[in-house]
Amino acid sequence: MPASRPARRPLPLTWLGVAPFFVFVGLFLLLPTAYIVVGAFRTPEGGFTFDNILALNTPTILSAYWVSIKISFWSALIGCVVGFAIAAALTVGGLPRSVRNPMMTFSGVASNFAGVPLAFAFIATIGPAGIITLYLRSEFGINLRLMGFNLLSTLGLVITYLFFQIPLMILIITPALDGLKREWREAAAILGATGLQYWRMVAFPILFPSILGTMALLFANAFGAVATAIALTGPSLNIAPILLYAQIRGDVLGSPNLGYALAFGMIVITGLANALYIVLRARSERWLK
Amino acid sequence: MTKLWSWGALLFGVLFFLMPLYGMTEFSLKMRRGEYSLDAYTAVINNPQFQATFSYSVIMALVTIAFGVLLVVPTAFWVRLKMPWLRPWVEFITLLPLVIPSIVVVFGYIRLYNTSSWLPLTGTALGTNILLMFGYTVLALPYMYRAVDTGLRTIDVATLTEAAQSLGAGWVTIIARVILPNVLGAVLSGAFLTFAIVIGEFTMAALLDRPAFGPFMQLLGANRAYEPAALAVIAFGITWACMGLIQLVTRFSKHNRLAR
Repeated sequence: MPASRPARRPLPLTWLGVAPFFVFVGLFLLLPTAYIVVGAFRTPEGGFTFDNILALNTPTILSAYWVSIKISFWSALIGCVVGFAIAAALTVGGLPRSVRNPMMTFSGVASNFAGVPLAFAFIATIGPAGIITLYLRSEFGINLRLMGFNLLSTLGLVITYLFFQIPLMILIITPALDGLKREWREAAAILGATGLQYWRMVAFPILFPSILGTMALLFANAFGAVATAIALTGPSLNIAPILLYAQIRGDVLGSPNLGYALAFGMIVITGLANALYIVLRARSERWLK
Repeated sequence: MTKLWSWGALLFGVLFFLMPLYGMTEFSLKMRRGEYSLDAYTAVINNPQFQATFSYSVIMALVTIAFGVLLVVPTAFWVRLKMPWLRPWVEFITLLPLVIPSIVVVFGYIRLYNTSSWLPLTGTALGTNILLMFGYTVLALPYMYRAVDTGLRTIDVATLTEAAQSLGAGWVTIIARVILPNVLGAVLSGAFLTFAIVIGEFTMAALLDRPAFGPFMQLLGANRAYEPAALAVIAFGITWACMGLIQLVTRFSKHNRLAR
């Protein structure tokens, strides 16, 4: 009888307290993900194979990944630059304090305003019949469509994603900017540095890991976004999340295991981006904090 | 000079953010030709499918919050009290939903819990609802856990627990009547954020084929012109309300702490 045996270690009982949590994440986060990853390396009969990964090497799938990477990269890069500029303006730019809090609150809202409604907002604004599109045409004779602009395209997706990328950058980088010590600026000034030199040689090198890390985070954020893209372009645009969505719905690739491989590729890309974020954040904490 | 730059950056940001907000509001008011009207809103709100899907998503959000609190508060408490060495691991796991795209997680659900599996959750409507609720809990986990854990950091968990124990309280009493009230502000912050995430979620609900608000919005967007803009305004309002409530709660609990 195991129950009558005296407990050798009290440890297992302590584990009981966190058991529900580990059972839950095991069943509904880790196991499903592991199932996809394992499936990417399995034949339909259950044997081990690299064929699924190699089968990703088709023009459709490669271009889906490539377009996804491009969209995520550009929206992360522009989001980073603009977000940093705004965050710098709010923290060290000499703007009145009363501007900062509303802008931070707004960033909290906007960074969570993603998905289907965000797509609607941009369609209503700069879509083919959007308010600004029509206004520019009737008042200034500027026809965006003739100029080659189409919201339902890569560029359109980048612009739309910026609506949550910029605020996310502001939210993450503001604490880092607050961490810049006044003494550093004063010390630089005493040594004769100009404002530009201070930024180039002191502040920017300190902030650089934070900025690059946040950019990796923004990249992953855009890469996994499904809803905005589907609501904006429907199934027409060939990007990785939309292709995976179509695959789950109707097996458009014609092989379930190829679907796993496609999903596995997405995990690898977002995983790498997040790993970069973690490494760089650890680095930035050396100076800031 | 710096100031000029700052105002420039801020102006650019404000313009960029106001543009789509203005666009969707203006568009949503233009359903009637030649004048402003609330017709688009009336049409949306009177749509029986709007009522059905919206209440479905609200209920899902509330159930997710309840389940999330039940799961996260005891875990975070226990880890802080008894197994502090486990904290980095738990924290890492709770951050994973930010790394693994939700479409991948739900893909795994569909394969793992289909009708021919050992746990056929997708076989019945109730089972699929539960599965979707678990999926939402996973999505909310990073925010919920971080909020609660930060809340726990501000109180002396060990002393409170010992005090409660010496007065004869059991674990359930300690968590429900001592710990929870002390981290209520943090829990509410996490809850409102969860609400904002769940109410408009699209991917999981669509792939699990549940009649939620997100898929409904997408469908309406594909078929109508003015109603989607009205929906966007409503959704933005909900997000704004959730964030406002978080700020209010945070300020209130800070005030509470000072008064003590």
